[in-house]
Amino acid sequence: MSDQQATVSRTAGGPNHGARLAVAWLVISAIVDPLFWFAAGPHMPPGDMTSSASGAQFDFNVLMMAALPVTLGVWLYFGYAIVNWRASKGGSDLIGGPKARGNMKIQTAWIASTTIVVLSAFVFGTVELIVPAGAGGGEGPQPIWTPTSKTVLPIQVIGQQWKFTYRYPTYGGFETDTLMVPNNTTIAFHVTSLDVIHDFWAYQLGVKADANPQQDNVAFTTTHALGKVTVRCDELCGIWHGAMFNYGHVVSKTTFQQWASSNETQLAAVTKLLPPFSWTYTADANGADGVYYPDNVDKYSKIQVYGAQPVSVAQAVKPTS
Amino acid sequence: MAISMHESVGLGRPGETPPSGADRRRSPWLGQHIGTALVGAVAGYALGHFIGNSIASGYANVQLNRQNNVATVLALTLGVVGWLLGVGALNYPILKLVGKEPAPEIEEKGWGRYFRFTLDHKVVGMQYIIGVLLFLFTGGLLAMAVRTELLSPTTHYFGPGTYISLVSEHGTVMMMMATSIITGPIAGWLIPLMIGSRRMAFPRVEAFSFWMFTAGYLVIMTALPYGGFPTGWTGYAPLQTQAVGGMDSYLVGFAVVGTGMITAGFNIIVTIINYRAPGMTWSRLPIFIWSLLAVASLLALATPTLVTGGLFGILDRTAQTAFYVNERGGSAFLWQNLFWFFGHPEVYIMALPGFGVVGEILPVFTGKPLFGYRVGAAGMIGVALLSFFVWQHHLFQSGINPDMRPLFMLTTELISIPTGFIYLTGMGTLWKSKIRFEVPMLFALALYFNFLLGGISGVFLSDVPVNVTVHGSFFVMAHFHYTIMGGLVFAFFGGLYYWLPKMTGKTLNKKLSLIHFWMMFIFFNCTFFPLFIVGLLGQPRRVFEYAQRLQGLNDFSTISAYMLASSFLVFTANFAWSIFIDPKPAPANPWGSRGLEWQSPTPVPFHNFDRIPVIYADPYHYGEVDAPDIADFDKVWATAGAGASSGGAGGGGGGFGAGTTIEGGPSDV
Repeated sequence: MSDQQATVSRTAGGPNHGARLAVAWLVISAIVDPLFWFAAGPHMPPGDMTSSASGAQFDFNVLMMAALPVTLGVWLYFGYAIVNWRASKGGSDLIGGPKARGNMKIQTAWIASTTIVVLSAFVFGTVELIVPAGAGGGEGPQPIWTPTSKTVLPIQVIGQQWKFTYRYPTYGGFETDTLMVPNNTTIAFHVTSLDVIHDFWAYQLGVKADANPQQDNVAFTTTHALGKVTVRCDELCGIWHGAMFNYGHVVSKTTFQQWASSNETQLAAVTKLLPPFSWTYTADANGADGVYYPDNVDKYSKIQVYGAQPVSVAQAVKPTS
Repeated sequence: MAISMHESVGLGRPGETPPSGADRRRSPWLGQHIGTALVGAVAGYALGHFIGNSIASGYANVQLNRQNNVATVLALTLGVVGWLLGVGALNYPILKLVGKEPAPEIEEKGWGRYFRFTLDHKVVGMQYIIGVLLFLFTGGLLAMAVRTELLSPTTHYFGPGTYISLVSEHGTVMMMMATSIITGPIAGWLIPLMIGSRRMAFPRVEAFSFWMFTAGYLVIMTALPYGGFPTGWTGYAPLQTQAVGGMDSYLVGFAVVGTGMITAGFNIIVTIINYRAPGMTWSRLPIFIWSLLAVASLLALATPTLVTGGLFGILDRTAQTAFYVNERGGSAFLWQNLFWFFGHPEVYIMALPGFGVVGEILPVFTGKPLFGYRVGAAGMIGVALLSFFVWQHHLFQSGINPDMRPLFMLTTELISIPTGFIYLTGMGTLWKSKIRFEVPMLFALALYFNFLLGGISGVFLSDVPVNVTVHGSFFVMAHFHYTIMGGLVFAFFGGLYYWLPKMTGKTLNKKLSLIHFWMMFIFFNCTFFPLFIVGLLGQPRRVFEYAQRLQGLNDFSTISAYMLASSFLVFTANFAWSIFIDPKPAPANPWGSRGLEWQSPTPVPFHNFDRIPVIYADPYHYGEVDAPDIADFDKVWATAGAGASSGGAGGGGGGFGAGTTIEGGPSDV
């Protein structure tokens, strides 16, 4: 059989391209999905130091389970078309006509399947947002998805051009530029700003919340591993935005308790000079001279709003010492 | 239904007979042109500055940054007015206002017309090509500077202020460019030819859009000597309120470009609805025209929000209002909402025309009709509609009340359904086709490859829990470069390679075109794919310092970016060589397209069609033995009557309604 005859007969009788593609796609998906889930999945960012970080990692991996077959399937199809359906391979010219213009079954199946995938992604995302108390994202001053834990450690994050500082209201309101977080504790980050919009991104904690002036943006997470934390500003805040980062640590409860108590004592004289603790602060009328006072405009954002008790870790763990 | 073209004669008043053989060759130096426009701009700028300093020299902003925002804003605004006056964009309305009859518009010839305010949509289209390339290459150079800074996490090539200005300027210039990269040049040139019209509905408005677009370029460029602006292209307040004079250039620049976008949008909508040739029913409309209709709706409806939001910002900075100032009763969230209410439809303004272009290219080079034409058109309209309901997904972590978050997650994910239609039409068209791998086809295939990554990563961003990690990181940056550059810019170049032989009558060098494509495709992916990983590993956008461990990926991206930029040098060399230096005439229809635009002679006459064609079929009858003619170009119309005005009412592909196929004697057309 000459090449030409072979081409013609293949095009006329033709292999079952659909079946070939489907089998290849299933095989590829069956290999790639488990490979990703078991080999790469556990290492995907942002890790699993906290409930929200491991939640984000889990969600990312689940979405990848759908995204990989879809992406590879489309690429496979295009690759297959490029290899097999070239003009240079000849074949019949009669490839037009009504059949080539549409196929109701395929169109319906396509629309139905994409709709199912999309709606599943929505339901999954919503559950994963609501159940873990906002999934580590900033919920604004009146959080509606709150942690089940009865004891929550509030930490205030204050962004200003161009640094983050942290106040611990349950330890006398002292302020520090190192974020220390106790392990196995539910934390409420109250994020606010003194000037422009910043964004508190504690990468390994899986927490991100914009710091807005005059707003208390609350984000929750529960720590469950020790380690170092990188904090970066994630909202463009001016020329030194790129240099606005610092570090923190998740430490054991005992270590945290010692650190917080000693800071409370040692910094007491400095704390007295700070504005009294408040959920937000306002620059004084002269603007840029660096004086701030508690912002009494803010009527909400009391910690009782979301039903948890503001406690120190000392109360929460009742250390034996 | 299509409306009869009986009265759409010439560019003057309705019913006017086109001046036959009109050929006005005047010296390119005489009259109004880009030179007088520049003079007008400088004069307007000086006048505005003088007025501003006279009325507001005591403002607090002068103390803070030694610049008077009132003077800056007035200078830029009057500069734009001077630019328009200088080029003659306002002659017609001014003469009408004072009761004088403007001179009739007749055909101009010679290269001088490319530097003038001209009413020939084909000349405006060519002006736009140069205009968007200027924008694109300026933005590209800024991107090279940004990538250069990111070569090292610690060694800095620029100061932080310069760096953030470069980032902001790059983003803004590119966004402005992207709004018009296809709707300006390719659509402006092709809409009348594709729908069988002699002109755009409002030729003056079309030219006005172009000269506003160029004015916007000049305005945004003034940001650099004014000290730049630190906000990125998103311009978030209160940083916006705090910033120095370059911020005024940003706000005025977006207002200027935005006004051009709004007018362009209305012009395209009216042209498509009212200027289709008889028989060009909705179901025979090229898919590219459907995409433009969707885009034009977004341009006309979304952009006013940006212009208004910018006006509030200007007032905050000049008249000391407090729209965006929290501590004086305003809200910074207002800007975020206004901006993204425009900004998200804007994203689709930058995606849909690309889908339209590849929808035209695929059938030609597969030899098959477009698969699922109606689904494709519905997908574009669906994307356009849904795009108004997704904007708060940019604000998932912003601190806005969270109760709407699931809703915006849903709407955002829903938009992938109509976007999927575009893939359905593409994949269906490829099925058992006969692909010819010409350069435009390669760009079209590349769009499907790239946009898939852009689209799928968008689903990750729409998922709120994952968004906590990826929001504001390089992941987002890679995502939208994959959609805008990987989609729109690839479609633009695909469209250029496809239609330039028609536009210019010249053939582009194929070898150079292929080198351009492969360099652009490979190095685009090498530049931006690593940035997904960089973002996932924790690098925020717009930073000049990053973790040491990310240097390898960043350097790989930067070097690839240099190569990506060189691919545009290849294109420029090809363009210059093939069009100007060593032109080779192109065949009349080099790709064997059935599109109406290819049926007119090259060069296309001033009035496009001697007679308004009567459309018989959609342009996708490929691969058929007895494919119908797309149109009858010699059909002679009876004078206006009931039958003619219902031309094309036959509906979904059923041909004309009764009485519309008029076989009368010579008419006045």
